[in-house]
Amino acid sequence: MSSLEKRLAAEKRFKFYGMFAMTLSLFFVLILMYKIFSTGSGAFVRTTINADVYFDPNFIEVSSNSSKKEIMKASYVDLADQVINQNHPGLDEENFIKVREMYTRKFDYQLRDYIANNPNVIGKTVNLDISASSDLDQIVKGNYPRNVPEAQRKINDYQLSILDSLDSKGKMSKTFNFWFFTNGDSRDPETAGILGALMGSFYALLICFSFAFPIGLLASVYLEEFVKPGKITDIIEVNINNLAAVPSIVYGLLGLGMLIGVFGMPYQVPLVGGLVLGFMTLPTIIIASRASLRGVPPSIREGALAVGATKMQTVFHHVIPLSLPGTLTGTIIGMAQALGETAPLLLVGMVAFVMEIPGGAFDPATGLPSQIYLWSESAERGFLEKTSAGIMLLLSFLIIMNTVAVLVRRKLEVKW
Amino acid sequence: MLYLSLVFVFILSYSFYFYGKKRALSLKFKKNENLSSLPDYYGYYVVLLVFFPAIIIWFFLLIFKSNFQEMFVMSPVLFPDVATWSSGKFGLIMNKISNLSIIVNLSEIDLTVGDKSILKMASESEIIAAKNLANFDKIYGWSNLTLFIILPVLLGFLATKSISGKLNAQPIVEKIISYVIKGSSYIAIFITFGIFFSLVFEAINFFRYVNFMDFFFNTAWNPNRAFVINASEGFDQEALKEAFGFVPLLTGTLLIASVAMLVAVPLGLLTAIYLAEYASSKVRDIAKPIIEILAGIPTVVYGFFAALSLAPFIKDVGEGVGLPVSAESALAAGLAMGVMIIPFVSSLSDDVIKAVPQSLREGSYAIGATKSETIKKVILPAALAGIMGSFLLAISRAIGETMIVVMAASLRANLTFNPLEPATTITTQIVTSLIGDVEFDNPKTLVAFALGLTLFVMTLILNIAAITIVKKYREKYE
Repeated sequence: MSSLEKRLAAEKRFKFYGMFAMTLSLFFVLILMYKIFSTGSGAFVRTTINADVYFDPNFIEVSSNSSKKEIMKASYVDLADQVINQNHPGLDEENFIKVREMYTRKFDYQLRDYIANNPNVIGKTVNLDISASSDLDQIVKGNYPRNVPEAQRKINDYQLSILDSLDSKGKMSKTFNFWFFTNGDSRDPETAGILGALMGSFYALLICFSFAFPIGLLASVYLEEFVKPGKITDIIEVNINNLAAVPSIVYGLLGLGMLIGVFGMPYQVPLVGGLVLGFMTLPTIIIASRASLRGVPPSIREGALAVGATKMQTVFHHVIPLSLPGTLTGTIIGMAQALGETAPLLLVGMVAFVMEIPGGAFDPATGLPSQIYLWSESAERGFLEKTSAGIMLLLSFLIIMNTVAVLVRRKLEVKW
Repeated sequence: MLYLSLVFVFILSYSFYFYGKKRALSLKFKKNENLSSLPDYYGYYVVLLVFFPAIIIWFFLLIFKSNFQEMFVMSPVLFPDVATWSSGKFGLIMNKISNLSIIVNLSEIDLTVGDKSILKMASESEIIAAKNLANFDKIYGWSNLTLFIILPVLLGFLATKSISGKLNAQPIVEKIISYVIKGSSYIAIFITFGIFFSLVFEAINFFRYVNFMDFFFNTAWNPNRAFVINASEGFDQEALKEAFGFVPLLTGTLLIASVAMLVAVPLGLLTAIYLAEYASSKVRDIAKPIIEILAGIPTVVYGFFAALSLAPFIKDVGEGVGLPVSAESALAAGLAMGVMIIPFVSSLSDDVIKAVPQSLREGSYAIGATKSETIKKVILPAALAGIMGSFLLAISRAIGETMIVVMAASLRANLTFNPLEPATTITTQIVTSLIGDVEFDNPKTLVAFALGLTLFVMTLILNIAAITIVKKYREKYE
């Protein structure tokens, strides 16, 4: 081979390496998305078992005249057992327990809520779709293989035979899983929902925004417009660049050591989580806002000064409004990063098991990413798809925020 | 209530703008006084004097709410010896009272048997404290609301009263605003100081228990061996010596980071070269944002992916070829981390390569070099400093990354350089030592701050080096 041919072959090879690397990187994005969406889509559907429910007054402690409070306080465990006996007649004690396990543990709460909404139902028979237990749900969705040995399965052969007979009678069905969007966390995968974590993240981001946006905007105005370059600005500048690259877990330590340890703020609450996220987002906002202030041409400032405006008027009436699109874009991108941050939330305690949906920044809460972490650590198989579904929700929020950021820039930015 | 009072602060401040302006206008047109500033500025003057004091007080009341709550509940009137209690006892009693406060206001029929026995065991003053606690939110909220109606109104009227034709409002307003923006920019410095001091302060506390040299040079990490023998003797000094050895954490961190860099450097750099030099602008416009998605995906997602799919896959492959692979191998965590930092390497290198002047390329082509020869012999050497900077930033990312290693790496320390074995990292140990425990009085939790300080210093050095290199490089071609 001549030397020219060799060189041209090397050229081809090199180009191929580059293309291969790029394709591989793109492939990683695809495989990640595919994996998340294929495991997560199941969480939006819930398996239900159709059953005739006779609201037998003998098994209900309350009557249709009882107040809502009394209805909510009473126990419906006996009624739930009775319903199972009716729908699966002739069970001995051992088999009864097995069949009971096929229905959700919160069966009695489902009955309670139905009675609370329709108190007149007592004494009547109604056809209801009862939620199946998570283990059964996983079998029906095919996430558990049916053909492994019985000892390794959570649903045994007897339960499978019941399932098949129910299926052949057309009693098994699937509904949209509203609970995922309306419930807080739960020990049972079938009733666990994301709303509590979503509200926790919402309050944390609210705090984060109200801290970081005004301060970031004003700080960048000071650094760009008012101060002459010197030692102090250099220190602040180096400082901000470094803060932007400090690992997020160190901000978590700051929250724990300073806000909780020194100031005595409460543990587990979105207020502390939000402040820590705000500290983290501040440098991002300052950097974006400074770049955007620098983009405003000097002629604007000179024009305003020439007609007699003071420095302050020039900046607040002309420069800031013109730079605002860039600042807002940076802020939204910073908030999107903050939404996905998990490590600081772990350290300030926003990873506890919280069933209630938080009503404010002072209530114990988890955040969206820390809820994902909690579920992913759970041993129950049913939480696997919840984790993926949580990730889908988180990613869609991030996509929305980034799209908004791009739109803001495109619509509002002034080209000079 | 606190939120409602914030709304009041905003509404009242806003309405005082009109009030102040109106007052200035009436001075001018009814009393024929000459105003020193534009009427608007009298409005701003009043707003600033109302808004800033009110918002600062509001913020303090928000932050110190739990302190007020403790003062209110644990008053010396109810518990005369409260000042002498240890923090542990204080916490226990506070916990008991907050449990009591849930049931103390329930009516007789709503109480369960357990509730009744709890009530019976509580002392008289504890019951009163619990009732106080149950009412605290209401009292605090209402007193806040009243405060934030009265305070702004009072300030507003006082400020409006001081308006006269001689008062030159504009310079005052501009002065206040200039202080506010100056203060905002110093907050960034305060945050750095906050980080530094909270880390240093707690790290010093840690080194009271554990010798400095033992920490940095011991090769064993077993924090569970640091337990109290009994109250009088404190910690078992021999066990403490052996419990906190930093070396295996450092090697684990470096091991996982090296695996990540082995993935990210070739892929990221080659991608950057392809995008900057070969790809058509159409391919570039599509591929670049998609690759940058990798940087925007939260790390908890990578951690989940690494633990769920990657680690079992690597284990299966390893066992297929007869290699023993751990389920928590450093390889799985490192690979996931590598994918995550591809965009950090690729987009920074891409910028750097594009900044190399076109004349260098043309000179190389003119003497007959092919494109790849130009890239290898001219462009890369010219861009080397900037590319190195991007590698340093990527390493700093990899060292500080938390969620991937918490979810996919091992918790057990293991002094090894074999990526198929389990390894733990600095960040993993910070998280495990702090989850579910916020008592700052034992070395098991305090060690997190010593680790955090080491991590902070390591990433700080890498960042400063990277920023300096990139800055120097930019100056070279600008």
